[in-house]
Amino acid sequence: MAANAKQAQAKLAPWLDPKAEPYVFIDRVTKKFGDFVAVSNVTLKVFKGEIFCLLGGSGCGKTTLLRMLAGFETPTSGTLSIDGQNLADIPPYNRPINMMFQSYALFPHMTVEDNVAFGLKQEGISKAEIRKRVDDMLAIVKMTQFARRKPHQLSGGQRQRVALARSLVKRPKLLLLDEPLGALDRKLREQTQFELVNIQEQLGVTFIIVTHDQEEAMTLASRIGVMNHGEIVQVGTPLEIYEFPTSRFVADFIGSVNMFEGRLIEDRPDHVRIQSDDLGGTIYVDHGISAAPGVTVWAAIRPEKIRIARERPQGQDNCVEGTIKEVAYMGDMSIYLVQLGSGRIVRVTLPNIERESESKFTWEERVFLHWHPESPVVVTQ
Amino acid sequence: MARNSSPAGPLFGRIVLWWRVLRQTPAFRITSVFARRLTGKPLVISIPYLWLLLFFVIPFIIVLKISFAETRIAMPPYSPLWEWTSNTMLEVRLTIGNYAFLFQDALYSNAYLSSMRIAGISTLLCLIIGYPMAYGMARSKSSTRNILLLLVVLPFWTSFLLRVYAWIGLLKNNGVINNLLMAMGIIKEPIVMMQTDFAVYLGIVYSYLPFMILPLYSTLEKMDLTLLEAAADLGCRPTKAFLKITLPLSTPGIVAGCMLVFIPAVGEYVIPALLGGPDTLMIGRVLWDEFFANRDWPVASAVAIAMLLLLVVPIMIFQYTQGREMRAHK
Repeated sequence: MAANAKQAQAKLAPWLDPKAEPYVFIDRVTKKFGDFVAVSNVTLKVFKGEIFCLLGGSGCGKTTLLRMLAGFETPTSGTLSIDGQNLADIPPYNRPINMMFQSYALFPHMTVEDNVAFGLKQEGISKAEIRKRVDDMLAIVKMTQFARRKPHQLSGGQRQRVALARSLVKRPKLLLLDEPLGALDRKLREQTQFELVNIQEQLGVTFIIVTHDQEEAMTLASRIGVMNHGEIVQVGTPLEIYEFPTSRFVADFIGSVNMFEGRLIEDRPDHVRIQSDDLGGTIYVDHGISAAPGVTVWAAIRPEKIRIARERPQGQDNCVEGTIKEVAYMGDMSIYLVQLGSGRIVRVTLPNIERESESKFTWEERVFLHWHPESPVVVTQ
Repeated sequence: MARNSSPAGPLFGRIVLWWRVLRQTPAFRITSVFARRLTGKPLVISIPYLWLLLFFVIPFIIVLKISFAETRIAMPPYSPLWEWTSNTMLEVRLTIGNYAFLFQDALYSNAYLSSMRIAGISTLLCLIIGYPMAYGMARSKSSTRNILLLLVVLPFWTSFLLRVYAWIGLLKNNGVINNLLMAMGIIKEPIVMMQTDFAVYLGIVYSYLPFMILPLYSTLEKMDLTLLEAAADLGCRPTKAFLKITLPLSTPGIVAGCMLVFIPAVGEYVIPALLGGPDTLMIGRVLWDEFFANRDWPVASAVAIAMLLLLVVPIMIFQYTQGREMRAHK
């Protein structure tokens, strides 16, 4: 039983298995443009069938990393390999990798089907075979009826599908996607995200996606690599990245967070207590951390994990008084900005479970904020 | 009291009143409608059209008129198209003999064909030389690009005629090139280059090369280079990517460049007259001879009209492809 469960886990999460062979292996890769270090000593293992998201702000080196995999840039040092094959001396046109460009880069003078067939024609496949594979691919992305159109006759979403079809039709070992949904509007993006995952499962191709949109990364990715200043700051599943960020940068970058600076005043294996002047109170966390007492730490608490009460809850820890300064009704939830005695503004979100709640908090109301001891994440850097 | 103390008061009031009355008159209304219509876009468009009417359409009509007249020794040297023969008779005489003459004398058809051939070959040569130049410019660093562009445009700062004359100095038997080659001992006898077809081709290619390079450069420079990355990514080698992507996408530039070289080259007069030999037959020279040596204005006009018709076809092709291109990029 236990063995089975372990096997299933190894299949779903190969990164947990220390013996698993990485499919794409980025080994200590650095890329410099003159003095500027775009990618700094990155080591990354991506496993077969994964959807791996490289997430970061603009200029963090994520696109450069992708372009090195595609072969448009050569690493200054380090090696890239796929399926055990070193990519160093393979020009882009011979790599078993395809890329979906941010601008889609569809050939404007060719029809949709010619665009999709372009890659296959380079391989010397028979016409009938090309025809069949193009038709199949267009059916998968639901573009069959537009096969004869030119790219300028298509909408943004349709172009995106053609670009996807074109990059997948060669059945690459690895598909690189550069901000694949960036040009789509919100509704279309959500819909396409799920379609993208479906297609990936259907074809079993390994995806590496570059995005600056954390929502996109969360929906699509099996794992996320957060990048900053050319370095990978944290690698983990969306849940790990969101709930257990290891640094202030990651906590801040993914979702919104209330960050309180403080000092460790009590450090036990099963709990810690932090004195925070920022908060004007103490934070009690029900798990130990590895840091010396007295050291400066940061406690990150997500807005949805904070509760608002009119009466003072019991206990001295994890509770602070404040005044509601701003209420924003978002439909599915409401955002409250609460000012503490220290002057700090704390962001709290509450789901709007009832249509019209009588107990709604309003402007200038004195309230107490409190949270569960397992909610804060303590980071030391 | 205080209001009436101003001397400007009553006068100003009267002007306003007059203005109001004036504005109600029909004449004012009509002119103001025209005035309003003639501002902005219509005004901007009408000026060049007026220019074309004055300096193209009217002279063209005059030439067309002369082409249907008969030659005679008089001032002007052609017969009038219409005459009052008696008090009530308007006699219109349209001669199509001039056009018929163009078909009868092989000189004209030979001159047309020869012009087309020389212009065609020159255009091809311009394309072969100009494309790599334009490509190199478009793919160079943006800082050097402007310098290269300036160098292409630089010859325009000197008169066209002077530049053609300069070629005479270079090409003639005791010119710079021959003297240099003989001084170096490469040749013993001077190579005859002046007054040959070679000199004409050289002159035309040299003079019109910028007109080929500039439109080619502008299309190549606009091209999205990620398309080439996409082609490489899909397994296409660089040479093939050039043939499959760059070349087809630069068609508008090729068409524009070829038209800009071919059309003026067909009617070119100065270059064949200065650099060409007596047997270099080009329609521009025939035209000149008809007008000024033969003083046969009607036939010369017919030659001019025929040449225009010959050129209208490539211009129409040009317009058509341009229009298609515009629609494609909407």
